[in-house]
Amino acid sequence: MNWMKYRWLYLLISGTLIICGVFSMFTWGFKIGIDFTGGSLLEYRLPNGSVRTYKEELINQDRKNEIKGELEKEFDGEVTEIRFENVGPTVGPETLKRTIYALLISASAILLWVAYQFKNFKFGISATLATIHDTLIVIGSFSILGHFFGAELDFLFVTALLTILSFSVHDTIVVFDRIREKRKSGYIELSTLANNAISETMVRSINNSFTIIFMLLALILLGGDTIRWFAVALLVGTISGTYSSPFVAVSLLVTWDEIEKKFKNNKKKKTN
Amino acid sequence: MLRTPVRKSIFVAILTLAAAFVSLPQSFTLFGKSFTRPDININIGKFSISRNLNTHLGLDLAGGSRLVFEANTGGISEEKKIDALTGVRNVIENRVNMFGISESTVQTSNFEGRDRIIVELPGISDTESAIKLIGETAQLSFVEVVEEAVPGSSTPSASLVPTDLTGADLERAEVVFDSNTGEPTISIQFSEEGGKKFAEITKRNVGKQLPIILDNRIISAPTVQEQIIGNSAQISGSFTIDEAKELSIQLNAGALPVPVELIQQETIGATLGAESVKMSVVAGVVGLLMVGLFMILSYGKLGLIADVGLFVFSVITMALYKLIPITLTLPGIAGFMLSIGMAVDSNILIFERFKEEKLKRNISDALEVSFGRAWDSIRDANVATIITSLILMNPLDWSFLPSSGPVRGFAITLLMGVLISLFTGIYVSRNLLRVFVREKKEKKK
Repeated sequence: MNWMKYRWLYLLISGTLIICGVFSMFTWGFKIGIDFTGGSLLEYRLPNGSVRTYKEELINQDRKNEIKGELEKEFDGEVTEIRFENVGPTVGPETLKRTIYALLISASAILLWVAYQFKNFKFGISATLATIHDTLIVIGSFSILGHFFGAELDFLFVTALLTILSFSVHDTIVVFDRIREKRKSGYIELSTLANNAISETMVRSINNSFTIIFMLLALILLGGDTIRWFAVALLVGTISGTYSSPFVAVSLLVTWDEIEKKFKNNKKKKTN
Repeated sequence: MLRTPVRKSIFVAILTLAAAFVSLPQSFTLFGKSFTRPDININIGKFSISRNLNTHLGLDLAGGSRLVFEANTGGISEEKKIDALTGVRNVIENRVNMFGISESTVQTSNFEGRDRIIVELPGISDTESAIKLIGETAQLSFVEVVEEAVPGSSTPSASLVPTDLTGADLERAEVVFDSNTGEPTISIQFSEEGGKKFAEITKRNVGKQLPIILDNRIISAPTVQEQIIGNSAQISGSFTIDEAKELSIQLNAGALPVPVELIQQETIGATLGAESVKMSVVAGVVGLLMVGLFMILSYGKLGLIADVGLFVFSVITMALYKLIPITLTLPGIAGFMLSIGMAVDSNILIFERFKEEKLKRNISDALEVSFGRAWDSIRDANVATIITSLILMNPLDWSFLPSSGPVRGFAITLLMGVLISLFTGIYVSRNLLRVFVREKKEKKK
C-alpha cells in the first residue's frame, strides 16, 4: 500500500490536532495542581459515603477543624478525613525545576540513543520531531481536558509525559529498524522502502497498542481517582505515539530525503 | 545442563512455581480449605536468610503521612552544616521511634541550598501530634543529680535538676584523641559565659555524675573528676570512634539548635488506601484477562504461549517485588500494568515476523529467524524506556532530579517490568515455542 501518497492527510490531521491544543493552551491555559503551585487539598468522606474535596491556599489545623465542623453540622454525622495534602510555597517551583531537568535529560538521552543506533542524523531528528508531536498533543489535550473536565497538571502528568517520550520512540524505532534492514538488501527508493516497512509493521504496531490500551482502560475505568488522569495522559500518548511513528516520523524522513535529492539534482544541473 | 529447549522449559516451570509460591498471599482459602504460606527462614551454618514475604505497601496504599520539613540552617557555616543536619536527623529519628511505627523512614535531601528532612510514617492516625513532636527544636541541657535522703529508706532518692547551662552555652564538640592513651574522647568548647557556669556546676558536683540531656533523653552521664575552670572540657570513657562521633554530633545538635519548619504534608487515610488496593487489583486482573484474550483471538495457539509467558511474567514480577523488596505505590501499580501491556509487545513483534518467515522456510527455521531478527528492534526499542525509567528513578539520588516517592515507585516497576519482559518474552516463549514446534514436526513424521 502506498502510505506515503497520503502525506498531506497526515499533515492535516496532526496539524489540526496540534493547533486545537495550542489554541486551548493560549485561551484556557492549564489547571495546575498543587504539586507545582503549592496549596492544600483536603478530602472528606461524608456519612452518605460520597467524597467532598476542598482545594484552598495553605490550610492550617484551625481551618481544617472548621471545615470538618461545618461538614458534620451539615450532614449531621461523622465525616472522616481521607486525604490531606499541604504543599508549601517553596516546594512547588522546586519540583517544577527538577521536573524540567528530568524532561531535558531524558529527551536528549533518547535523541542521542536514536542517532547512535541509526548512525544517521535524519533518522534521529525525524524520530525526535515525532516525539515532540506526541508531547504537544498530550499537553494540548490536557489543556482541553482541564478546561472541560478539570484535569490537572501535576507531578504524575509529567511522569506520564516522560513515559510517552520513550513509548513514542519505541514504536518509531521498530519502523525505522525495518527500513534500515530493507536498505541493506539493496538500494530502492526510500519512499518504497518506507511503504513496505509501514505495511509490515502496521499490524504489530496496532496490536501492541491494543494491549497497552486495554491495561490503561482498565486503570481508567476501575483504578480509582488518584491515577485516573495519569492513565488518561498515558492513553492519549499511546494512541498518538502509535499514529505518529509511521505517519509523522516516516513521513518526515521521506520528505526530508526528497528535498535533499531535489537540492542535489538542482546543484548537479547547475554545474552541468 | 540447560541445553535443550525441553530442559529450559522445565527450568522455567520450576522458576515459575517458586515465584508463584512467593507471590501467594500470607493466608488464603481455596475450595473451602485455608492455607498459610510460611515465610523464608533458611539457616545454613553462618548463612541465614529470613524474609517475611509480605508486599510492602507505600503510604498511598497503606495509609499514613509523609512530612517534609525544611531545616533552617542559615547562619551555620558550611563545614558545620553536615553535622548539624545529621544531628537534627538523629533527633527526629529518635522522636519518630517513640511512635513505634514500623517501616517509618527519615531521610535528608538537599536542593539548591535548601535542606530538607523527609519523614514517612506509614499507618499513623494522629498526624497532628506527630508533627508537633517532630517539629520541635531539640534542646540540650546539663542536669545535676540531687540526692535526697528518704525517711525510712536506706537508699536515697535521686532527682534530676536542670541547671542554667544549656546548648546555647556550648560552642562546639569534637572528637579528639587523648595524647596519653590514644583513645577517642570528646572535647567540648564552651562560650565565655558557659565556661563560668560550667565551673560553678562542676565545683558543686565533684565526684558526681553530670548527665547531659538532649531532647529529653540522657545522651551521656560523665562523672565530674574535679572542678573545671576555663572554657573547655573533655568527656572520656572507653568510646569507640563511632560512639564518640555519635556523641559529638548529638552535642553539636544541641549547640546549634536547627529549627525545622513543616513545608509539605501528605496524609492518606487507611480506608482510602485499602480501597485503592482493591480497585487496583480488580483493574489489574481485568486488564490482564483482556490482554490474554486478545492474544488468543489474534494469534490462536501462539497467543496461548504468549499468555503462558505473560503469566510467568506476572508471577516472577510479584515475587521480585516481595523479595527485593519494593515498596508498592499506586503509580507503581500503574507502572506494573503498563509493563504487562508492553510485555506482550516482544511476542507480537516475533509472531508477526513469524507469519512472514513461515512462507519462506520451514517452521522451525522460521521460528529461529524471527526471534533473531525481532531481537534487534526489541532491544533498541526497550533501551529508550530503560533510559527514561532510570532518569525518573534517580537511583543515585542526584539532587537536581525528582526524587518524589510516587514517581520513583512508577519508574521502578516500569523498569523491572521491561527487564523481566525481555526475559519472559524472549527466553520463556522462545523455548516453549521450540518444544511446541518440535512436537508438531515429530507428529508429522
